[in-house]
Amino acid sequence: MSIDTREARWVVEDLLAGYADCIDSDRLEDWPDFFIENCLYKIVPWENVSRNLAIGWVLCDSRGMLQDRVVAHRTANLYAPHRYRHIVGTVRILSCADQFIEARANYLIVRTALDAVHYGTSEIYSAGEYRDRIVVENGSAKFVEKIVVADTARVDTLLVTPI
Amino acid sequence: MEANVTESSPILWPQTGGVRRVPYRIFTDPTVYAREQERLFGGRSWNYVALNAELPNPGDYKATFIGDTPVIVCRDREGELNAMVNRCAHRGALVCRDFLGNRAALQCVYHQWTYDLRGHLTGVPFRKGLDGKGGYRPNFDTAQHSLRKLNLTSYRGLAFASFTDQMEPIEEYLGDNIRPWIDRVFNRPVKVLGYARQFIHANWKLYVENVKDPYHASLLHLFHATFNIYRANQGGGCLVDPNGRTSIIRAWRRSDQNDRDVEEMAPRTHRKGYQLADPSILESRKEFEVELTNSINHIFPCVVVQQIQNTLATRHILPKGPDSFELLFTFFGYQDDDKEMDRLRLKHANLVGPAGYISMEDGYATELVQQAIQGGGCDSSFVELGGEVEREDENLNTEAAIRSFWSYYRSVMEI
Repeated sequence: MSIDTREARWVVEDLLAGYADCIDSDRLEDWPDFFIENCLYKIVPWENVSRNLAIGWVLCDSRGMLQDRVVAHRTANLYAPHRYRHIVGTVRILSCADQFIEARANYLIVRTALDAVHYGTSEIYSAGEYRDRIVVENGSAKFVEKIVVADTARVDTLLVTPI
Repeated sequence: MEANVTESSPILWPQTGGVRRVPYRIFTDPTVYAREQERLFGGRSWNYVALNAELPNPGDYKATFIGDTPVIVCRDREGELNAMVNRCAHRGALVCRDFLGNRAALQCVYHQWTYDLRGHLTGVPFRKGLDGKGGYRPNFDTAQHSLRKLNLTSYRGLAFASFTDQMEPIEEYLGDNIRPWIDRVFNRPVKVLGYARQFIHANWKLYVENVKDPYHASLLHLFHATFNIYRANQGGGCLVDPNGRTSIIRAWRRSDQNDRDVEEMAPRTHRKGYQLADPSILESRKEFEVELTNSINHIFPCVVVQQIQNTLATRHILPKGPDSFELLFTFFGYQDDDKEMDRLRLKHANLVGPAGYISMEDGYATELVQQAIQGGGCDSSFVELGGEVEREDENLNTEAAIRSFWSYYRSVMEI
């Protein structure tokens, strides 16, 4: 089954909307299910990408690693409570062949503080781009690869909630 | 006569307790911060500025900071590194405006004053004016208008600069007992793997305390405990140089202690039931003669050399006013790393940096202190773990290295 660009756009928009909502509504336990088992999820600052430097902030090369991130988020890591609102921009389809789609979209995350000192303060936390490879199988789309390229190289305090 | 704040001490240290009591105002007071610029960053310190590997070619430059002062590190045509204040000798504009770059010459964009790669003034537009009018006087001497040059030294691929010419050799500064641990990491040529930055809303010295504090490792960072990986019975300890300038916290695996004892001592850290779904993050490769799981090496004032499993990085602490700092990680590997080692270093980077499993809490913890000490008046912290020792302490339940830092800091600051 092959899909055309118009169809691909619907598929990707739908996937990204579900993905953003999953994180923004704090259903992190469902977040790994947006990826295939042998996925690649990376968050890298643009400053490294632009210099051909490989290192990033998060590198998960399996769905298991995503699950571990969620367990650590819930149980191990300590951070100021907050919530995100993802604003995902217009999807650009770079290619679609067979059941694979390559797509890009800008994102913006507004983070709202929920700690006692900064309660209710919203600020732009991260701006950047999703560089995604998606597979559509049995009518469901999943990320094979999701590279988050963050223009915001200077992370405010820390990064614990996925982008 | 009006008192000069830089002469008389801006704050009073508690009368009793010595460095076992640290007054909270040291983390909030702008006059303390101003005095640090002058006495500490501007004084007899070797300030980390770069890895030599960041600037491999002639013309390569890096814009960094020593305290608040913008600084250029630059490799000249002869291949030597130079450090200058990043401030045009004309009317003070930044000369290098981007973080990293390469130029044949350094030129200020404001009035195009041009300097060579050692900071000597080589070009001044309209020096003789136009049509016999304007311009500089005939005795204008370009040699008098160089960029302000700093003292620069390198040690095994680490570049340090100082505002003072009368500095002891870097070998001496690092300390005979600490230097071998720096040699351990910088044992052969390195390559830069990338950068990570965090902006932390806390005083820079709270982070220095954090990297000299082995006590928090198993208590604040629960990643290992949650997944049953790390226990407080890990072997380790801290070393401090005789002057209190440099220190290293080392941790290694040890299996001669009963897990149950540890559980009773620190119940919160020991949580059963979770296992990593993908334990590949823990696969590490032996690469040093002396195996350490963690090595956190602070060099006064503002850099940490870290090895955690197979991640290697410098952490440059860049103060940005009394209540914030930037933490700039420069990750590196060795030039002779094979593909598998490249892969391991990238994977282990999950452990450190802004999203690091065992480092993200550090900045947050310093912020919790900064938030709580507002309005702290004359209160001070309690730094007595391990008693009064300020030197070596071969265990992880000690604040000896923190006390040694404050002793040295007080002597430099005359506080």
